[in-house]
Amino acid sequence: MTTDPMPELPSELRQHLVRYQAPPGLKRRIGYMIEQQSRAAAPTPGWRGVRWRWASLGASFACGALLALSVVGYRDAAQDEDRVEQQIVAGHLRSLMAAHLTDVASTDQHTVKPWFTGKLDYAPPVIDLAQEGFPLVGGRLDYLQGRPVAALVYRRRGHTINVFVAPAPGGIASGTTLVEKQGWQLAAWNQQDMRFRAVSDVSRDELLHFATALQQQR
Amino acid sequence: MSDRHNRFEDEVLPCLDAAYSLARWLVRDEHAAEDVVQDAYLRAFRYFASFHGGDARPWLLGIVRNCCYSWFAQQKRAREIECDVEDPDGPSLDSQDRAETPETLLLLKMERAQVTAAVARLPVPFREALVLREIEELSYDDIARVLQVPKGTVMSRLSRARRLLYNDLRGDR
Repeated sequence: MTTDPMPELPSELRQHLVRYQAPPGLKRRIGYMIEQQSRAAAPTPGWRGVRWRWASLGASFACGALLALSVVGYRDAAQDEDRVEQQIVAGHLRSLMAAHLTDVASTDQHTVKPWFTGKLDYAPPVIDLAQEGFPLVGGRLDYLQGRPVAALVYRRRGHTINVFVAPAPGGIASGTTLVEKQGWQLAAWNQQDMRFRAVSDVSRDELLHFATALQQQR
Repeated sequence: MSDRHNRFEDEVLPCLDAAYSLARWLVRDEHAAEDVVQDAYLRAFRYFASFHGGDARPWLLGIVRNCCYSWFAQQKRAREIECDVEDPDGPSLDSQDRAETPETLLLLKMERAQVTAAVARLPVPFREALVLREIEELSYDDIARVLQVPKGTVMSRLSRARRLLYNDLRGDR
């Protein structure tokens, strides 16, 4: 204890002690995370709930039929893309929450790559990007669009980047598309008959930097 | 949406700035602070049943603080991972005109960045007490609960924190 107590700070000093504002992306991510948690914790509906579910299912079939009649093909593609993006975010979240980030934990691309052999019917390219500030931490099997795919895991400071790699035969090599989904950043591109989809909570610029670095290493 | 979810959104989500700010002042890294806060909210939602009403902010800040300490422990274990906890930029400076009087001339010259850096130099026990009092303006009782120490300890830490900060900025360390 000091013998010369200091009850208050001078106001000129105190005025500099202010709150930091939470970034908007963080708010969206937390909102989404809580929603997921809440849904997971929701009690299973009784038979009344089931009946409503069937009723709404019937309704959605009717709507779906109407929709199918009126919607042109490219809209389906957009919806598919949206669905895949949802799955990507869900996969990323799962990997963070269930402490199941990696099946094979290694920073060595020559350990991670062979691990997929025999588990997948294709060989995902595995590249370490530690030089670029994105060290590889491992890989795991994940599911996307109903098929097993390779998920490669990278780090950026404390952040995790999941990259889902699936074959896209005949897919035209494309530039990187960036979108934001529920506060997460997503990047997608085609390269060498593979579709790459990266997801993370790093900034948009950092994810683009990552995607570019990965494409250039090929 | 469940009742629990509704209550959580009404009472706990609005404390996000306070949560982020405390994490940022403690861990001194914007990315780490986001991760810590995300983790804290997940825990808060899971333990929400144990929250018996009242002001949610001190309750949440207690969880955020625990998450910060978990992060410190993790950092200690993983020293080989790059560690950039330098955070030279302070919160944005709002344009407020300051009155000039002779006795405060010295302090007036100080930039927010200097104050922020000086706060960052405070040992964590003093820093957290200072932030909870000066920025969050919590009562001594609430601070004692968040820090899990007696009220007397809060008072002495605060007094010490203010003195350390003041002396640091005056240059006689």
